[in-house]
Amino acid sequence: MTDDTSNVIQSLSVAEVADVELYHPKSWITKYVFSQDAKIIAIQYSITALSIGLVALVMSWLMRLQLGFPGLLSFIDADSYYQFMTMHGMIMVIYLLTALFLGGFGNYLIPLMLGARDMVFPYVNMLSYWVYLLAVLVLVASFFVPGGPTGAGWTLYPPQAILATTPGKQWGIIVMLVSLMLFIVGFTMGGLNYVVTVLQGRTRGMTLLRMPLTVWGIFTATVLALLAFPALFVGSVMMLLDRVIGTSFFMPAIVSMGEQLPYGGGSPILFQHLFWFFGHPEVYIVALPAFGIISDLISTHARKNIFGYRMMVWALVAIGALSFLVWAHHMYVSGMHPAFGYFFATTTLIIAIPTAIKVYNWVLTLWRGDIHLTVPMLYALAFIVTFVNGGLTGLFLGNVVVDVPLSDTMFVVAHFHMVMGIAPIFAIFGGIYHWYPKVTGRLLSDTLGKLHFWVTFLGAYAIFFPLHYVGLMGVPRRYYEMGEMAFVPPSTATLNAFITVVALIVGAAQLVFVFNLVRSLRRGRPAGGNPWGATTLEWQTPQTPPGHGNWGKTLPVAYRWAYDYSVPGAAQDFLPQNQPPVPRTA
Amino acid sequence: MVDLPRTDPGAGISRPAGWEGIVADWSSDQRAFKNVSWGKAMMWIFLLSDTFIFSCFLLSYMTVRMSTVEPWPNPSEVFALNIGGRHIPLILIAIMTFILISSSGTMAMAVNFGYRRDRLRTAILMLATALLGATFVGMQAFEWSKLIAEGVRPWGNPWGAAQFGSSFFMITGFHGTHVSIGVIFLIIMARKAWRGDFDRERRGFFTSRKGNYEVVEITGLYWHFVDLVWVFIFALFYLW
Ligand code: HEM
Ligand SMILES: [Cu+2]
Repeated sequence: MTDDTSNVIQSLSVAEVADVELYHPKSWITKYVFSQDAKIIAIQYSITALSIGLVALVMSWLMRLQLGFPGLLSFIDADSYYQFMTMHGMIMVIYLLTALFLGGFGNYLIPLMLGARDMVFPYVNMLSYWVYLLAVLVLVASFFVPGGPTGAGWTLYPPQAILATTPGKQWGIIVMLVSLMLFIVGFTMGGLNYVVTVLQGRTRGMTLLRMPLTVWGIFTATVLALLAFPALFVGSVMMLLDRVIGTSFFMPAIVSMGEQLPYGGGSPILFQHLFWFFGHPEVYIVALPAFGIISDLISTHARKNIFGYRMMVWALVAIGALSFLVWAHHMYVSGMHPAFGYFFATTTLIIAIPTAIKVYNWVLTLWRGDIHLTVPMLYALAFIVTFVNGGLTGLFLGNVVVDVPLSDTMFVVAHFHMVMGIAPIFAIFGGIYHWYPKVTGRLLSDTLGKLHFWVTFLGAYAIFFPLHYVGLMGVPRRYYEMGEMAFVPPSTATLNAFITVVALIVGAAQLVFVFNLVRSLRRGRPAGGNPWGATTLEWQTPQTPPGHGNWGKTLPVAYRWAYDYSVPGAAQDFLPQNQPPVPRTA
Repeated sequence: MVDLPRTDPGAGISRPAGWEGIVADWSSDQRAFKNVSWGKAMMWIFLLSDTFIFSCFLLSYMTVRMSTVEPWPNPSEVFALNIGGRHIPLILIAIMTFILISSSGTMAMAVNFGYRRDRLRTAILMLATALLGATFVGMQAFEWSKLIAEGVRPWGNPWGAAQFGSSFFMITGFHGTHVSIGVIFLIIMARKAWRGDFDRERRGFFTSRKGNYEVVEITGLYWHFVDLVWVFIFALFYLW
């Protein structure tokens, strides 16, 4: 890449779009509350997502207490276990991870990394946050409605999701579906902004193939979300109709509690298809931004250019495209035709190829790098390890014959927590430690950060690694207690107790993180504009934290790709993207 | 963003050939789609997403049509009208479809006049489009009330599979909502055109962005999309 800089200056084209006029807030309210500035919106998204994430964390403790020490807490009965489980899963996947990666990181980083002043339609972007907040509030409301939140599992499979024996059947399921629909509407407003900003709102010189991989990851994930959420939306509409006015889209003729229900002729499998047509891409909606963030963290903190940049981009795009062709691997036990099982197993295993390419490239980026074990870097490394681990068990579950016995055991729970729970959370932590100095102007405490990292990383392994064995022993998933199951050996109880203790410790470590976030606002070491010596544009802003409009009077110009680290002969060990090349005089 | 500077290909750029050239063009500087404004790009991408919504609805309808064990009512009988003593199948839908397609014509003319900066004709044609759209929704309401009077409910009907009514009300309801939203937007935009907002680049109330005639075209994109979707609903629900 360095050697084609010679013709860069002449190839720099004229500005195609007039500089953007921004909305200039006139009052405190329009500046900080109903703000149209993507940076403020990003912070609002992040705080909301992290807060609701804490609720989900607390619910995981309660579930773990029940699993490790059955009957210890008298207020957890089978119904409330299912309710905690459902809310935990749904909040973690959608209201925390999706919202934080796209609404939080996306809003903050896309305009800054691309040298834009803001998102293309700031007003719509603002609405996106407020609709998201409404969705969260509606979700929270389900704790207070008669009957409590739904206990249908985060997959909400009918017919049981709306039958009388499922907890939350009165209001919980209705509130959940409404909240999901609101989330999708809110997300769409933001998502359109992210996509159009990337496609049409870049600064001069910022070609798509010079964008930092973080933006590539968020961009691809947003495209996925815009195409996958419709399926969930439609599924929610139809289930809501089934529940509220008694249509039978998903409901077959059914007898419940000795009574013939007025349903008939619907297709429960149809919901599974709709759900997983959304659900599998959803996995990548939280994974692709993580891939992007990790690529940038590794390159920056190992002071090396990313290995195989273009390959990384193509891998992201390929994974995104393939992720729409694998959804039925979640339905191997739904009784589908073996030929479909064969098809979906094949596509699933094909995804392993671009994914493996990414992992190799990360490792090759690290190879002989000048690795700084900062907290963001530690999290990046932890991400790679955890993700590979979860990916390998994914290969197990992707094969029909292996999946059938493992399906609905704790092995599955261990697998997806590794790959889409813990790994993306690590990317989020890494990202927060990395960009917090830009957002606030101060560094997070390193000591607290390392404490947080080691407890969380080792703890996450101590929780989810044994869980694979628990699953292999036959402990089923979504079971409130084991009861009379003779085939489950008693030793799993010991493992379960151990897991619970660790889970509580890991949970406590997250309070250290929250404390660090709050404390460093005032007491953190001042960071300066570019504490990590990073190349990407967000570190080159005239002010830190960046002001309204990001760039002062003139927009930056991108002269090079985002990974000029340790370039031979350069004065510093990094060349910012907006640094013009020295014209060759030969 | 009316008078976008035309893209300057830039002198002296070495252009790679073949696939590399395609990649280089698509990923080029500043904008992937040259001379496409932000608003237009956003509408196209929204419509792509909306296409997935309607596809899911239609595929779900086809699935339940197969999964139900009861016979499917015959649409050309259900949607027949008695006019002047004659029994004409699908007549109402035919008229509705005709009206909606005509409204695409008036919309296209409005866009054309918009780009000629003909304030009044643009506004009038947009209002005509809105009127045709409202007529469509009105006839839909008539059809709904007729079916309801005949005993069709989302959860059952006198002639067979309950999913017939469920899918009918859901899909036409969702599409009708789209048309209604379109009508509202057409009226708002027509008012803006009428007032001369687009000539004076008056700023939008919410967005504080300058108005211009391209908005007419963007509204038109949405409108044509809603019409196109109707063609699919017509073919798959009424004719099948
Ligand atoms: C230390 C952190 C966490 C702990 C201790 C934990 C624990 C649990 C437990 C005990 C269950 C119920 C298992 C069962 O009975 O079937 C569960 C389910 C689940 N968790 Fe987590 N979890 C954690 C973090 C996460 C994260 C970050 C995600 C984000 C993707 C996540 C997503 C889910 C999902 C989707 C389910 C499935 C819910 C269902 O079966 O409907 N969890 N978790
Ligand atoms: Cu999947």
